[in-house]
Amino acid sequence: MSKKNISKAHENYLSSIKKRNKTIFITQIAVFVIGLSLWEVAAHFKWIDTFLTSYPSQIWRLFVNYTKNGNLFHHIGISVFETVVGFTGGTLLGFIVAIGLWWSKFWARVFDPYLVMLNSLPKTALAPIIIIWVGAGYSGIIVTAISVSIVVTIMNMYESFISVDEDLIKLLNTFGATKFQILRKIVLPSSVPALINTLKINIGLSWVGVIVGEFLVSKAGIGYLIVYGGQVFKLDIVMMSVFILAIISVLMYRIVAIVENKFNRW
Amino acid sequence: MKNTVVEINNIGMTYHSLEGETEAIKNIDLNIYEGEIVGIVGPSGCGKSTLLSIIAGLIEPSSGTVLVKGQKVCRSNRNIGYMFQKDQLLEWRNILQNVVLGLEIQGKLNSQYYEKARNLLNNYGLGDFIHSYPSQLSGGMRQRVALIRTLILEPDFLLLDEPFSALDYQTRLAISDEIGVILKKEGKTGLLVTHDIAEAISLCDRVVILSNRPATIKEIIDIKLTCPEGRNTPLGRREAPEFRYYFNKIWKELDIHV
Repeated sequence: MSKKNISKAHENYLSSIKKRNKTIFITQIAVFVIGLSLWEVAAHFKWIDTFLTSYPSQIWRLFVNYTKNGNLFHHIGISVFETVVGFTGGTLLGFIVAIGLWWSKFWARVFDPYLVMLNSLPKTALAPIIIIWVGAGYSGIIVTAISVSIVVTIMNMYESFISVDEDLIKLLNTFGATKFQILRKIVLPSSVPALINTLKINIGLSWVGVIVGEFLVSKAGIGYLIVYGGQVFKLDIVMMSVFILAIISVLMYRIVAIVENKFNRW
Repeated sequence: MKNTVVEINNIGMTYHSLEGETEAIKNIDLNIYEGEIVGIVGPSGCGKSTLLSIIAGLIEPSSGTVLVKGQKVCRSNRNIGYMFQKDQLLEWRNILQNVVLGLEIQGKLNSQYYEKARNLLNNYGLGDFIHSYPSQLSGGMRQRVALIRTLILEPDFLLLDEPFSALDYQTRLAISDEIGVILKKEGKTGLLVTHDIAEAISLCDRVVILSNRPATIKEIIDIKLTCPEGRNTPLGRREAPEFRYYFNKIWKELDIHV
């Protein structure tokens, strides 16, 4: 439809939708700004104990300081590195194991109770063991991150692999397809939506693994900053780290969303 | 007598499960000749899909043999087209890619076949949708794509497993008419499983009536309709004076009590 022959009523409808979207966006910003302002004002008039809560302008000053001497990027860099490696490793390994389970019904049944147990076990409880076994450096933290995301990946992907329509597999069988062809042409492509969902979940889980790992043992990273800030009772460091963590997580989520859009043509 | 395409010799099938064994079909003998379409009707759950899977070589029968063009069906020599209730198009592939799926699997895909795929799509009114995705097509068009995907493999014969039953009634009439005409024009041999008695009469040269489980052949009815010149299409056949007679005959044979 060209723009010219839009009826008056339709024009009104479109502008009302636009207006509503705009109002929602402005309100979202306002909630953030008002929240921060209240925090700042409350701190200024000593309604709250700034020793416990810190306050926005102080956090901002700290942020500028840390940015200037480059310390902040060092910490962010290390944590992001650990998360990306843990995320990729956990997703990839989980994906491969899920394919293996799909391939062999026998092993899928053998491992089923173990997977159920591992899934309900809080993986962070394993972190101290992992760090002692693997080493108290990046590697220990990365393996912790992998351990948190791998089980969910296996379960989600396997579930998606086996829920492919039976008739679709029958169709490929009438073409004389091999098992590998069924995997490549049907099972993997139809699991793309499940994979993207898993990626989204794994971003958060990998961060859990990395932060817990850094809590336990680290000389740098956002988790280190949080623990350090907590121990010396400098809540501005803790608050700043949490803010940064939130921003980076959203950015990583966005990246996955962009990947998702690429697949959205069907 | 015409050439025999499919020879079904004394097929029986028994399923085993923890609850016991179930005899799904027994003593099925049927020959299908070149260029004819044979319909199978029977009460629900009587083992029609089991029979189809056996003929397609997807499962081994407990007894008996199936020969297609004189050869036992097996994985390597199988050349049978199968159409499902749902079109089973792959949503992430465009129409052209969907049509060539079977060729791709069999490693036969080349530029000649791409050309053939385009021609078939053009001939059957899908020329404008070659690069569309299945979700952009209507149910009837999707089923037509599924038919082309089957026909491009030049199968010895076609198994049609209630291919229209997922469509709404009007689309179903139109598309079954269309596909019936295509099958006759291409001289295809086929076996159509359906619940719809009228559909069976309008599309088929013979209709096989199966009994309740374990399914045996109760009767085979030759359909001979007098149609005016040029109206021998599935829709035209529905207007033939004998149509009602066959309908009642099959209905009585089915002996359905609810």
